[in-house]
Amino acid sequence: MLHLGDLRRNTAKPADSPSEGAVADWPARFAELAGQVRDARLRDFYACPIPDGTTPLEAVPMLALDVETTGLDPLRDEILSIGAVPMDATTIRASASRYWIVRPRAPLNPESVTIHAITDSQIASAPDLADVIGELLALMAGRIVVVHCREIERAFLDSALRTRLGEGIEFPAIDTMALEARVYRRRPRGFLDRLLGRRAEAISIRLADSRSRYGLPRYRAHHAPTDALATAELLQAQLAHRYARDTPLGMLWS
Amino acid sequence: MQVEQLEILDFLRGLRPFESLPAEVLESVVAQVDVRYCRAGEPIVVFGALAEHWYIVRSGAVEIFRRGGTLYNRLTAGGHFGEFGLLRNGLVRFPATALDDTLLYQIPRETFVDLFDRFEAFADCVEVEDRTRLRQVMSRRAEANDLLSATVDSLVHRAPVTLDSRASAYEAAHRMSEESVSSLLIVDANPDVPELPRLAGILTDRDLRTRLIAAGLPPDTPVGRIMSTEVVSIHHNQLVFEAMLGMLRHNVHHLPVLKDHRPIGVVALSDIIQYESRNSLFVVGSIFRQNSTDGLESLIPAVRACFGRMVAEDASSQMIGSAMAAIGRSFKQRLLELAEAELGPPPVPYCFLALGSMARQEQFIVTDQDNALILDDRFEPARHDRYFQALAAFVSDGLARCGYEYCSGGIMATNERWRQTRKGWERIFRDWIERPTPESLLQAGIFFDLDGVWGCTDWADHLRETIVHKASASSRFLACMARNALQRTPPLGFFKEFVVESDGRQSRTINIKRRGTAPLADLVRVHALAIGSQALNSFERLRDIIDAQILPLGRGQDLFDALEFIAMVRARHQARALEEGRDPDNSVDPGRLSEFEQKTLRDAFLVLGNAQKFLKYRYQPGRAN
Repeated sequence: MLHLGDLRRNTAKPADSPSEGAVADWPARFAELAGQVRDARLRDFYACPIPDGTTPLEAVPMLALDVETTGLDPLRDEILSIGAVPMDATTIRASASRYWIVRPRAPLNPESVTIHAITDSQIASAPDLADVIGELLALMAGRIVVVHCREIERAFLDSALRTRLGEGIEFPAIDTMALEARVYRRRPRGFLDRLLGRRAEAISIRLADSRSRYGLPRYRAHHAPTDALATAELLQAQLAHRYARDTPLGMLWS
Repeated sequence: MQVEQLEILDFLRGLRPFESLPAEVLESVVAQVDVRYCRAGEPIVVFGALAEHWYIVRSGAVEIFRRGGTLYNRLTAGGHFGEFGLLRNGLVRFPATALDDTLLYQIPRETFVDLFDRFEAFADCVEVEDRTRLRQVMSRRAEANDLLSATVDSLVHRAPVTLDSRASAYEAAHRMSEESVSSLLIVDANPDVPELPRLAGILTDRDLRTRLIAAGLPPDTPVGRIMSTEVVSIHHNQLVFEAMLGMLRHNVHHLPVLKDHRPIGVVALSDIIQYESRNSLFVVGSIFRQNSTDGLESLIPAVRACFGRMVAEDASSQMIGSAMAAIGRSFKQRLLELAEAELGPPPVPYCFLALGSMARQEQFIVTDQDNALILDDRFEPARHDRYFQALAAFVSDGLARCGYEYCSGGIMATNERWRQTRKGWERIFRDWIERPTPESLLQAGIFFDLDGVWGCTDWADHLRETIVHKASASSRFLACMARNALQRTPPLGFFKEFVVESDGRQSRTINIKRRGTAPLADLVRVHALAIGSQALNSFERLRDIIDAQILPLGRGQDLFDALEFIAMVRARHQARALEEGRDPDNSVDPGRLSEFEQKTLRDAFLVLGNAQKFLKYRYQPGRAN
């Protein structure tokens, strides 16, 4: 997925989507939603038990996720492909990776084609997202989603489901970009820095740059299963370096 | 089958064990790979645990241990481990720990065993992996060798003794005996940073002897007048071996050791002698004390003894090669000094060139004298050539008497063709590079290893820069050089006391230079020219080549190990001949190689053969590099 600095500005949030950090008790929220939704696939997804915030990380089943899209606006642009890799704190189940290319309802934008390299002929034979939602939700069920920049995956999935099912989706996520930001974007500029006109430290928290800080190899970007794998590896590295195995999940998700 | 994880596919596809697998098999393997990240120091598998996976190092580094805890192997990206336990009793035999932060690919036991059973090439690679074996041999050797692993600061036992440059020679002598040191660092007050005085020079007991007493100067002479101002220093974390080379190259006996631009001590020749007895430095020193060709010739036994000693002490081929090259270079320099003393000063400036193995610092005991002259552009043949003809003849005949045979191909400064002005050389190289034919370049290879020995040596550096710049841009030239580099090939291996060729032929001896070290040096040279490396030594070139990432992963290290091993077989062969009172040569009788040497040589030849195939593919005519 694209992670550009100006992304938040373009990402208008649907009015009733969960706001950042608002959900403290996800299992309770899921139980509530399971009673409200009409679609059976969504109901099954919410009904599947998920770990609560006190669960130690080593016992949390996770799913690294990445979507490629036709553009940056979740209201106008569409999902093109989804990559998903199941994982936990010790092993990344690359062998269980899934990859879907789906046919967007919006036309391909020639500029974005140069980024994700998915062509018209590839999507011509691809299914509509509605046809793979069941499989995707089944894979997500019971797992905590891991993404690099959670706003994107959440907003696009929510918007896509809204268009197709008439109801959106909410789920907790661990954001590897936010974890990097905690380390590198925590300190505001000090008085002296401002006085001397020093710029804030510009340490990139983009996926590739974050990975290179942990000695992880450079991968091709914008190929959904590769980006999902890259995110999974980054999280394992972050956990190995900064979090004990028994850290409660609540410290990381939101 | 649709492969989802393309990065895993691409990585595995480039590794030797997977090379021979059919595409659909490889894809099914990729679909079985899981991934694991280990922080540096984290145990990956412990001894006696259930062996469930075969591991491949994707990035980082892993150490494999024997049961007793001693190091068995060290792996980097592309390395694999765990096969032993999977193939034997199903329990981990060699525990492994992440040395750096490491990303691992793990392949389930069933998948691995299936590949092992079904694909012979995979099994061969995994079970008796030639390059791993070669790597193990070479890393064991490196560990055993102090000169290769010890750093200079291990020799520094005390802070340097310094003295102000305005102090007198008497004070210097007093200070030296008081502190029992053989050298003083002479410093000037630094007006900018008073606590960090400037290093102005070095004064040794020899300087007191030769520049003060012998020159009849009074004891109150300021040390600033008798010190050496061109200080050759070394960095604290360089190898003892490099310190030795520095002393050899500059013929000095004391090196200040610097850390953060500040001297932290001095390494003296006597410190290094503990590491290398019968020192090549002594030989270099005595070369410069000889006043005639006869005197130089009398040093042949000392040179040979030095060579024999280094081989016996298990020095690396790079150490031996550079020590012998430094000795050869000193012979040339002294002969040129003597020649100028006899013929008078040169009518125009010149630079005397070493070519081939001496320039590459890969000289052994049996060697041709390959040399040439660069002359100033004001050179006029009618007026000046008589002088340079005589100069070249003096040096060439002198070298021949000192054990450096005349070059059978006539690549010597005595040959009019190889006495050229600076412009002349530029034209010659331009022709070679811009209008190459395999025939015109056949002889030219060694000219691309050139080093200035005497005179305006910066001309040689400048010429080399120009050449490297032009060569890396000409794919046609590289293709011709590559074609020539493939003319000499290694044999397949050995069977009992015979050399076995690829077509099955057998012979009694192998020319280890022609079939081993020379084609390797040729191959390394082509890659080095292609990437614009300025290095001359094949090992240094290989480091540049590895950094440039033009070879498949791990193959640079393989070539490094192969060159080192073949060169050492050659060195041992020559040292044995000297011991037995025979004339040393390059013709090795396989019957005199140990089984271990035969087996490892075969591995090294295989590495060379594969590298030649890659060279042929990479520098095809018309292919953009």
